Amino acid sequence: MKSAVIVFPGSNRERDMARALKLVSGREPAMVWHADTALPAGTDLVVLPGGFSYGDYLRCGAIAARAPIMGPVREHARKGGLVMGVCNGFQILCEAELLPGILQRNERVKFICRDVHLRVERSDTPFTRGYNAGQVIRVPVAHGEGNYFAAEGTIGRLEAEGRIVFRYADADGKLDPKSNVNGATHAIAGVLNEKLNVLGLMPHPENHVESSIGCTDGRGLFAGLVAHFAQAA
Amino acid sequence: MKARVVVTLKSGVLDPQGKAIEGALKSLGVAGVASVRQGKVFDIEIEGVDGAKAEQTIREAAEKLLANTVIENFKVEVAAAPPTPAPAPAATS
Repeated sequence: MKSAVIVFPGSNRERDMARALKLVSGREPAMVWHADTALPAGTDLVVLPGGFSYGDYLRCGAIAARAPIMGPVREHARKGGLVMGVCNGFQILCEAELLPGILQRNERVKFICRDVHLRVERSDTPFTRGYNAGQVIRVPVAHGEGNYFAAEGTIGRLEAEGRIVFRYADADGKLDPKSNVNGATHAIAGVLNEKLNVLGLMPHPENHVESSIGCTDGRGLFAGLVAHFAQAA
Repeated sequence: MKARVVVTLKSGVLDPQGKAIEGALKSLGVAGVASVRQGKVFDIEIEGVDGAKAEQTIREAAEKLLANTVIENFKVEVAAAPPTPAPAPAATS
């Protein structure tokens, strides 16, 4: 699996992401600067990491979504290539309109930095095949703007098309308002585009890949991606 | 030429920041505040175009970047061109 991590001014989770990708896939990802105008040849997976690109000026991800590299990222997605945005990366994908909706200020206006439980809603996507449908995983979140919002019709379509892949839940996988840490519509923590090749999620699976951290629940996402490309090859 | 873009949240969209400000105003004892919605104002100077073309440029800017129309509305105000200054009165001696 050949991956590329896009680095924007203000990204700060790109090294965590690179470390997780290297650890699970065995291959060092390319670090690609936002001002570049091409992705490395043969890139399988593009990752937009977490952070505070452009200091969250204007709206989170708004300026990064218009960076020169986003042209090639868009083209990669259009051709069916995989793109994943985590945290600020998710915000960027929404602002770039590669995913519907927007991430708003957390309902209780606080920056939230803690572990949460996610329910994996389906396992038949390249991003979630390392998990079982209904499985609950524990991963950290660290964001002030993670409250997913979209027009009612859009939410209805996401639900009907099974494009909500991760939801905030309790440790048993039950949905309740207390577990929905940021107040996201329908407890949405991660969504896919129509073609199921672009994923955005607020939590950080890349931070739960090593047993020394105490939890490896995020590993399934990366292992699933590796399996996806191994099978495709 | 000057223009102003005012970006506001669409009605029905949750505004936690506005709510927090509303709460703070109430706790300060500012009487009569029923609700607060937070928005943004952009003051823009335009060069080389005017009139309808200038407004079109600003609309494009708002649509492409300044507002996210998933949750926001925007309003464009283009200032009328200032009157050309009257020639200085001839010096009298």
